[in-house]
Amino acid sequence: MTDKKEWPLWEVFIRSQHGLAHRHVGSLHAPDAEMAIMNARDVYTRRNEGVSIWVVKASEIAASSPSEKGPLFDPANSKVYRHPTFYEIPEELGHM
Amino acid sequence: MYAQMVKTGVDHIQSKEEMSPEERAFQDRVDADIKIEPKEWMPEAYRKTLIRQISQHAHSEIIGMQPEGNWITRAPTLERKAILLAKVQDEAGHGLYLYCAAETLGVSRDELLEQLNSGKAKYSSIFNYPTLTWADIGAIGWLVDGAAIMNQVPLQRCSYGPYSRAMVRICKEESFHQRQGYDIMMKLAKGTPEQKAMAQDALNRWWWPSLMMFGPSDAESVHSAQSMRWKIKINSNDELRQKFVDQTVPQAEYLGLTVPDPDLKWNAERGHYDFGAVNWDEFYQVVAGNGPCNRQRLRTRVKAYEEGRWVREAADAYAAKKAARAQVKAA
Repeated sequence: MTDKKEWPLWEVFIRSQHGLAHRHVGSLHAPDAEMAIMNARDVYTRRNEGVSIWVVKASEIAASSPSEKGPLFDPANSKVYRHPTFYEIPEELGHM
Repeated sequence: MYAQMVKTGVDHIQSKEEMSPEERAFQDRVDADIKIEPKEWMPEAYRKTLIRQISQHAHSEIIGMQPEGNWITRAPTLERKAILLAKVQDEAGHGLYLYCAAETLGVSRDELLEQLNSGKAKYSSIFNYPTLTWADIGAIGWLVDGAAIMNQVPLQRCSYGPYSRAMVRICKEESFHQRQGYDIMMKLAKGTPEQKAMAQDALNRWWWPSLMMFGPSDAESVHSAQSMRWKIKINSNDELRQKFVDQTVPQAEYLGLTVPDPDLKWNAERGHYDFGAVNWDEFYQVVAGNGPCNRQRLRTRVKAYEEGRWVREAADAYAAKKAARAQVKAA
C-alpha cells in the first residue's frame, strides 16, 4: 500500500517582508528542491505570509544537541556587562 | 475532539517519588511551562501518546476534507465555491502541519498514512456524518469548527513545542472557517422559509454529533488525568462541552433557530446552560466503524491515495533524472 521510497523531508524558511530575516516555519516532504518550494508555497504561504522561501533538506542541517545546552550557553550567563542595562547612566543625561 | 479518547498506556498517575530522576526532571520542566523539544529526553509513554494524539488530529483534518469537498461543485455561487475551496485546502494544510509535528517524535509519514489507509488509525467521529444539503456546510463551519477551536486554542499552550506551534498556525486559520460557516447560516436563516428550514434541519442533524466531538466524560479517566499532567490536554471533555454549549446557544438564538434539545435551559445558579444527555451509544457505534459514512470515507481516502500514485512516481522519476543530469554536468 505504501510507496517504497519516502520523499525526503525539507525544512522551510519564509521571509515575511523585505527587511526581515527568513524564519523557520515548518517542514514538508518533496522529491526535490523545486517541488519543495512549490509545496511550501501551498502549505505555508496561503495568506501572503511571505516574499521569499528557502528550503533545505532536513538531513543537511547540523544541530546542537540538547545535552550540550549547559556547556554551550552557560558561559554567556555570567557576562551581564554585555547588556546595556548593566551600566548606570545619570538620569539628567536623558536617553542614551 | 479531533482526537478522541487517546490512551496513554498508563494505569495510574505516578507520584514524584515513584519517578526516575529523568522522569522527575521532565515533569518539573512541564510543570514550569518549559516546552519539550524533539531531541530532548521524554518518557516513552509521553512520546507514544503524543504520536497517537497528533496523528489522530492530522487524520481528522485529512478525512475532514471529504464532507465539505462534497459541496465544492455544488456551491450556490462562485464566491461560495472559492471560499469552500480555500477552506478545504486549509484542512489539507492543517493535516500537513500536524503530520510534520508527529514525525518529530520518530514516526514516518508513510507509517502514519498506512495507519490511516488501513483503517487502523482513528479520526474524529464527526466526519462520519453525511453532508446532505448546502446548509450542512454552514453548520460544519459554525459548529464543528467552533467545537474544534474550543479545544485547539488551549492546546496552543501544550507542552510539546512542535505541536504547540502547529496549533498556533491552525488557530489563526480556523477562525475564518467558523465565521464563513456562520455567514452561510445567517444568509439561510434570513432567506426564504425553505432556506430557513434547511438551516434548522442542518442544526438538528449536527448539534448532537458536535457535542459528541468532545468525547465522553473523562472525569474518571486515568488517561485524561495523565495527559493533563503532561499538559498535552488542557481541559476536561465536560468542561469544553459546557463552554461550547454556552457559547453556541446565543448564536443559534440570533439566527432564530432552535437547538434540538428539549432539556436545554439557562441555569442562573450555575451560570451555565443545562443540557440533555448525549446518546453515547451512537458515539461508540460511529467510533467502532458503524457510522453513516465510515466505509465511504475510508474508501475515498484509499482511492485518492492509489490514484495519486502515478503522480508521486512521476515526481520521483523527474527528480532522479534531474539529479543524474546535474551529476553528469559536474563531472
